Amino acid sequence: MVECILSHVEQGVMTITLNRPERLNSFNDVMHQQLAECLKQAERDDTVRCLLITGAGRGFCAGQDLNDRNVDPNGPAPDLGMSVETFYNPLVRRLAKLPKPVICAVNGVAAGAGATLALGCDMVIAARSANFVMAFSKLGLVPDCGGTWLLPRVAGRARAMGLALLGDKLSAEQAQAWGMIWQVVDDEQLSTTAQQMALHFASQPTFGLGLIKQAINAAETNTLDDQLDLERDYQRLAGRSDDYREGVSAFLAKRAPNFTGK
Amino acid sequence: MSELIVTRHGRVLQLTLNRPAARNALNNALLTQLAEQLEAAASDIEISVCVIYGSERCFAAGADLNEMAEKDLPATLNDIRPQLWARINAFPKPLIAAVNGFALGAGCELALLCDVVIAGDNARFGLPEITLGIMPGAGGTQRLIRSVGKSLASKMVLTGENISAQQALSAGLVSDVFPASLTLEYALKQAALMARHSPLALQAAKQALRQSQEVPLQAGLAQERQLFTLLSATEDRREGIDAFLQKRTPDFKGR
Repeated sequence: MVECILSHVEQGVMTITLNRPERLNSFNDVMHQQLAECLKQAERDDTVRCLLITGAGRGFCAGQDLNDRNVDPNGPAPDLGMSVETFYNPLVRRLAKLPKPVICAVNGVAAGAGATLALGCDMVIAARSANFVMAFSKLGLVPDCGGTWLLPRVAGRARAMGLALLGDKLSAEQAQAWGMIWQVVDDEQLSTTAQQMALHFASQPTFGLGLIKQAINAAETNTLDDQLDLERDYQRLAGRSDDYREGVSAFLAKRAPNFTGK
Repeated sequence: MSELIVTRHGRVLQLTLNRPAARNALNNALLTQLAEQLEAAASDIEISVCVIYGSERCFAAGADLNEMAEKDLPATLNDIRPQLWARINAFPKPLIAAVNGFALGAGCELALLCDVVIAGDNARFGLPEITLGIMPGAGGTQRLIRSVGKSLASKMVLTGENISAQQALSAGLVSDVFPASLTLEYALKQAALMARHSPLALQAAKQALRQSQEVPLQAGLAQERQLFTLLSATEDRREGIDAFLQKRTPDFKGR
């Protein structure tokens, strides 16, 4: 079997590497299916407390592999909605719902769905040489993989419009300056920085981190009233976690807490 | 362990469906137990409200298909299930469904039969009978359309597709959505809130609400007024108004 996705779990971190370097890790159906298998494991395995996504080779992900979408000018129009519904939408939904931090280490170009996928992760760290390209508009398409929802939220409406309509390259540094991503590091430091952050998260109160993530995601669509109710509910749940108890007793005893993620 | 766990919280009765291996499928035995417990609670003056719950992951995923498969036309004609459903429906006190996970087929119909549905954010409501070559047979086609309207009800019944808790909330099938691990707690809280009120007033109000589904508006208004008048003859009404005027907590006696 071709391994379009490499994954391994170590010290609570599941590292997922998009692995079609010769095609800049662009998505095809097999890659989607393999990625879905990894996510299933990440969802079910409590020992996985952080997800780290990166790309093999010089690019992060060039979006959909257009070789798979050879359009015959005389044939009927393709149904692109089908692959969005079957692959991209479930992927975005699952990453957003995963109650554990998802880090994206953008090691090179992130284009099309590769860019919107990266920007949608919880923590985005990019190599200084990486860039983001909303390539959709140049093909007559619409940013998918959550792009149109995400861009105005991370970049603001004016920049979202510019990025999506022009489809020009955005440097990692500009993305950071605009507040669209968490951090830019020198290329050779990307791997270490992302690893360190992943290991940090894997030792933290995962249940509470999951609730924080869910709450911030919910805030994108909730009213203040709804969100206040949600905070009450989540705080009630967080207050019952083992890690809260451990955190408080460690604080009072002036020792380092030992969180289990429960 | 029994397939129906009965717990009391003060004046609130909690009935927990407990057939985890069958995802709480409502077979005749379980429906019978439900009916019996509700009948006992109906005449128990210590009980004001009942909450029906499943588990954190599943309310009830349908009827028991093995049981149903054995029944041919004559057997179906003489099935006792409609009577079981009628006995459950006859419960005169407030009935709350606390729904987590799947409420499908008979499970959805049970939730629809309840006065209030409180859902966990993982709840799914649906009537997939059509996919089995049958149709809802315990109120699914009748009660759903009355709460969510023609279009959504028809879509659900004719496609067999289920809807999320959020959709159910905006369509009016459920009153509240909470995180799944808090659903039961919050449902019990609302039950306790109801249980603080006069038992007779609760029953009269429930009867009036039920009648709104049965008779034209004018007749409904007349019946509402009759029930309203009936309460004026109760001690609890005097107590309720006195307590309000004296700014104290009422002490209802159910008389």
